[in-house]
Amino acid sequence: MLNGEKKEVTDNITVSRLLEILDIQHQRVAVELNEATVKKDRYATTTINDGDALEVVSFMGGGLCTIQSPR
Amino acid sequence: MKDDKLIIAGIEFHSRLWVGTGKYKDFPETKKAIEVSGTDVVTVSVRRVNIIDKNKENLLDYIDPKKYKILPNTAGCFTPKDAIRTAMLAAEAGISKLVKLEVIGDEKTLFPDNEATLEAAKVLVKEGLIVFPYTSDDPVMAKKLVDIGCPAVMPLAAPIGSGLGIRNPFNIRIIMETIKVPVVVDAGVGTASDVALAMELGCDAVLLNTAIAGAKDPIGMAEAMKYGVLGGRLAYKSGRIPKKLYATASSPLEGMIGS
Repeated sequence: MLNGEKKEVTDNITVSRLLEILDIQHQRVAVELNEATVKKDRYATTTINDGDALEVVSFMGGGLCTIQSPR
Repeated sequence: MKDDKLIIAGIEFHSRLWVGTGKYKDFPETKKAIEVSGTDVVTVSVRRVNIIDKNKENLLDYIDPKKYKILPNTAGCFTPKDAIRTAMLAAEAGISKLVKLEVIGDEKTLFPDNEATLEAAKVLVKEGLIVFPYTSDDPVMAKKLVDIGCPAVMPLAAPIGSGLGIRNPFNIRIIMETIKVPVVVDAGVGTASDVALAMELGCDAVLLNTAIAGAKDPIGMAEAMKYGVLGGRLAYKSGRIPKKLYATASSPLEGMIGS
């Protein structure tokens, strides 16, 4: 699951590689794998496996409580 | 104003007006309003990246993290777990160790769940984040948050976006007398006089979003807020006259013709 949607990826793909494929810059995002934050220096060594849930987030406009669809 | 620095957790803030980035018409308007406000702190929310639409612009293309202190918030979180996850992600983005902690307890009023906020704050402070908790105007809760390591507190003036201004100035005053860390009033501010009042009470800063973004002329209101904060703070530092029931003549009584 990637950001709440099912996604097919190569087996044992690293976070680093996935971000590359998605054309997402490392600097502006944060990544969470199975509800644990992935440290930036571990992107290249953290692999994603079948059934994992990945969240890729960034900063958006928002003061207090911009309630979006629940996770 | 000389020697009137705002320093929280060792960080110097140049403006006592902090601004949110939500609810604007578009990014250019957001950027302009923030510039005009003179702020050096902007709050942002943490949300999923749009994977499909790669050409979607990013807020940080308009708000330069080198120019402004980015204060990520945990907006939309109703549980300590979600707030902790969001805050940890925000910190890991590598742009800021600051976090505005919000754990909401009620959807209609968007009042904070104080218990949950305290729980999340404890964890995040231990993780080394600089936690600014959004809280109710309750001096007991404010003290608890400071005791567990929050370097400032952010009591609400009124429900988010309500524009009611400070509902309970007495509680805000008591909070300031109870705790020794900066107090940044947050939420519910409507117009320039509200921020001036907050500053005259002695608050260290004010955070607002809807009051500017929702105004008929957001750019104009951003400027008004800037002056409201400056005027209120200067008035506070200048020592106002006391309130009296009766008049005290301003002109001398001697030397009047016919006397």
